[in-house]
Amino acid sequence: MDTVKQRQVQNQELEEVSVRFCGDSGDGMQLVGTQFTNASAIFGNDVSTFPDFPAEIRAPAGTLAGVSGFQINFSSHDIHTPGDRVNALIAMNPAALKTNVKDVETGGIVIVNEDAFDKSDLQKAGYAVNPLDDGSLSKYQLYRVPIEKLNADALKDIAGEIGAKSVGRCKNFFALGIAAWLYNRPLQPTLDWINGKFGSKPTIADANTRALKAGYYYGETAELFPTRYKVAKAKLTPGKYRKITGNEALALGLVTAADLAQTPLLYASYPITPASDILHMLSGYKNYGIKTFQAEDEIAAVTAAIGASFAGVIGVTGTSGPGMALKTEALGLAVMTELPLVCVDVQRGGPSTGLPTKTEQADLLQAVVGRNGECPLCVIAARSPGDCFDMAIWAVRIATRFMVPVILLTDGYIGNGAEPWILPDPSKFEKIKINHPEKAENGDFHAYARDEFLARPWAVPGTKGLEHRIGGLEKENITGHISYDPQNHQFMIDLRAQKVANIAKILPPLEVDGPQSGDLLVLGWGGTYGSIYSAAERARAMGYNISNAHLQFMNPFPSNLGDVLKKFKKVLIPELNSGQLRKLIRAEFLIDAIGFNKVQGKPFLIAELLEKIIQHSEKR
Amino acid sequence: MHTDGSLPVLTAKDFTTDQDVRWCPGCGDYSILAQVKKVLPTLGIPREKFVFVSGIGCSSRFPYYVETYGVHSIHGRAPAVATGIKAARPDLSVWVATGDGDGLSIGGNHLIHAIRRNVDMKILLFNNRIYGLTKGQYSPTSELGKKTKSSPFGTVDLPLNPITLSIGAEATFIARTLDADPKHMEYVIRRAAEHKGAAFMEIYQNCNVFNDGAFEYATVKDMRPDTTLYLEHGKPMIFGKNRDKGIRLNGLSPEIVQLGNGITEDDLLFHDEKMEEPTLAMMLARMRHPEFPEPMGVFRAVSHPTFDDLLTKQVDAATAKLGRGRLADLYDDGETWTVE
Repeated sequence: MDTVKQRQVQNQELEEVSVRFCGDSGDGMQLVGTQFTNASAIFGNDVSTFPDFPAEIRAPAGTLAGVSGFQINFSSHDIHTPGDRVNALIAMNPAALKTNVKDVETGGIVIVNEDAFDKSDLQKAGYAVNPLDDGSLSKYQLYRVPIEKLNADALKDIAGEIGAKSVGRCKNFFALGIAAWLYNRPLQPTLDWINGKFGSKPTIADANTRALKAGYYYGETAELFPTRYKVAKAKLTPGKYRKITGNEALALGLVTAADLAQTPLLYASYPITPASDILHMLSGYKNYGIKTFQAEDEIAAVTAAIGASFAGVIGVTGTSGPGMALKTEALGLAVMTELPLVCVDVQRGGPSTGLPTKTEQADLLQAVVGRNGECPLCVIAARSPGDCFDMAIWAVRIATRFMVPVILLTDGYIGNGAEPWILPDPSKFEKIKINHPEKAENGDFHAYARDEFLARPWAVPGTKGLEHRIGGLEKENITGHISYDPQNHQFMIDLRAQKVANIAKILPPLEVDGPQSGDLLVLGWGGTYGSIYSAAERARAMGYNISNAHLQFMNPFPSNLGDVLKKFKKVLIPELNSGQLRKLIRAEFLIDAIGFNKVQGKPFLIAELLEKIIQHSEKR
Repeated sequence: MHTDGSLPVLTAKDFTTDQDVRWCPGCGDYSILAQVKKVLPTLGIPREKFVFVSGIGCSSRFPYYVETYGVHSIHGRAPAVATGIKAARPDLSVWVATGDGDGLSIGGNHLIHAIRRNVDMKILLFNNRIYGLTKGQYSPTSELGKKTKSSPFGTVDLPLNPITLSIGAEATFIARTLDADPKHMEYVIRRAAEHKGAAFMEIYQNCNVFNDGAFEYATVKDMRPDTTLYLEHGKPMIFGKNRDKGIRLNGLSPEIVQLGNGITEDDLLFHDEKMEEPTLAMMLARMRHPEFPEPMGVFRAVSHPTFDDLLTKQVDAATAKLGRGRLADLYDDGETWTVE
């Protein structure tokens, strides 16, 4: 019997999918990645993203150096990382394919823009033979799509009006359309975005809309893909959500802290990757009592922030590793003058200029001990994009309560990475109490008098009768006068250390996931939380009786840390450095912690952590 | 405040701290301190509104000796600290005490940028052409060939001219004075205090320990009339013991002329501190001893918007336009979705 040959597309339900868009820096991959993320978040999935772009703004087109990628993980359950392995790769040119295909799972989907695989682009990517033809991609489901040609066809009616260049620019939306069909993503959020963005240029809006829809319908009609995937909504805490990057969350946290303290905030910064977004955002919040100052250099930024703090506002500076190195001496001044100061370090690959757009956790020791003299200050670290909001508030709370500089460590991974964020209720936050004395007790004002935490008073210029001078020379306790007295120096060294140690009294205790005691504790800090937590959960699900804990307070440590560590036979410390927390833990607690260290400018994969955990644990 | 609402009359004594002044006996810094303390009580600004900021060096001990708010910061950074203070609190009167090493060497960048932003601060640059606190190395203003502890065979670097530097940075107020002429210094400090914007003062200051007599030509009373030119706005440029010499323009260069024999005051250059075009100020700044008398007084005093004013206005305008921001609106920005 003859039957009409009709290919039936299978529908398959998945729990979690990781998609990566990659292409030339000019191909708009960050944009379509963001749009895919928004559509997924609005649909109701949990999402986690990882933008990965080159340090060069526009490296020569088609070269390996110019490849820009954006990975998004979306799921029907709670996720904490952008995903280890890529399930579907969309590569816009040979260079993008070459640099990214190794991250695709075996059997995974690889969609290539076939039109870009000409002799010249293959050569630029270092391919001697076309990888689409030589069988080297046989372990993947390879889909060759002439994206440029199809996009041009879809837009041919308006090509005369907008020009060939503008037509070519829409090809990323065609690619997005294919991915949207393949994973059942709603188009509406992207269509809304296009109309908002290009409202004043209706032909461009029309062109992008056509490209997006053409890509989507191509998926449907070309019968290229045997399977179409669905990822159900995640069960998230009810509430109103937005997507947030760590840098955005940090900026919002600082604004919130200023509001909670009812004190203006000055953010002084010098542009540096990957911290500049914080400056960009805060500079738009003038009506929230935020002033920004783009300083002439990193040193001017931190010293202006110190000046602002002296003047009675919340002084904040932000930077990345190289800038931190430049701010070192000034941080010492803030320690000596005992002024509140927040210094944000969005860590990147080092040393020196290092890997500006890649992530690393190698500034921990610089933050904790990297200054001349005995120079203790508070160091805290955010563990996820959303956590940057909470930690920014903590930073201001600690700095103003203890009259001490606070270094807030984040990193390029959580700074640029995004996740859904439930809009908080500002009325639920605890206020930040600021106390500027208005007159001297018993006649004489003492700039270095002490309260129960050893904090000194924050008297501000303009207050009659409290005129005083502070500076970098050693101070006599209570009076604040210059003192070269040996015993006073020892006393003040000890006092400053004790003051920082006192911060632990207001910190929450370290919490342990999994058994509260046992054979193995995986101890992490900062931006690796998502990978470590996910790996630990998987290990427990596999029957390994292991525990994990994550530090956000690096100096001082939470007061129960020593007790927690003693309850485990082994402590494994994964870090994106050569063992900096391990060094601190060994020194402080005399525990022979084991390191798992990776310094490749990339976050941990869950799989490699899991392997390490299994290696160090016994199945029960 | 008095019952009639007027400010209490303060004197220099009210600006004296309980700290012993630790400069070397005979140091030019004493004179500067005395003149500043003389001017401050007369400005109509409450004492608690003054902030003195300094870096590192002999000059930078200054804040400890003035009974106001003060920050003795780190080497070279005083203009940046002061910028932060002024950005945060435009209501304060912010003063910077710095030296030729602190302000022109390690802190040159901050000095340039504080000046070009026209931050409303008064900058006292004590120029003694030597590093004093580190005991006698050459500074960026030391003469070429100068023998010091770190240049036993003489320096091989050309010096910097603080006034031309400040012109390059578009300073709105530039003046020079000297420790040996307290009356003139008082005048210059008062003028600077009254200027709105970055007011840059170069003060010739004698380091009697490591560079004694660096400005002897200008400080010794008998020599001074012939080696200096006291600038007065709108007046011809006349100098000399007998007030018989003047500065005339010859092409694009200044020249010294003897008054008389047909040359009258009208042939001379007339000083105009309010010229937008800084050419005259630049020409005056480049007149150096011994070829020329060195100008003292106000080189330039023009009115430009200040950084702190512009910043305040921007904040006010944004608040007027958008209303005082509410946190709930801050969070609820861009695309949102609701999970039931």
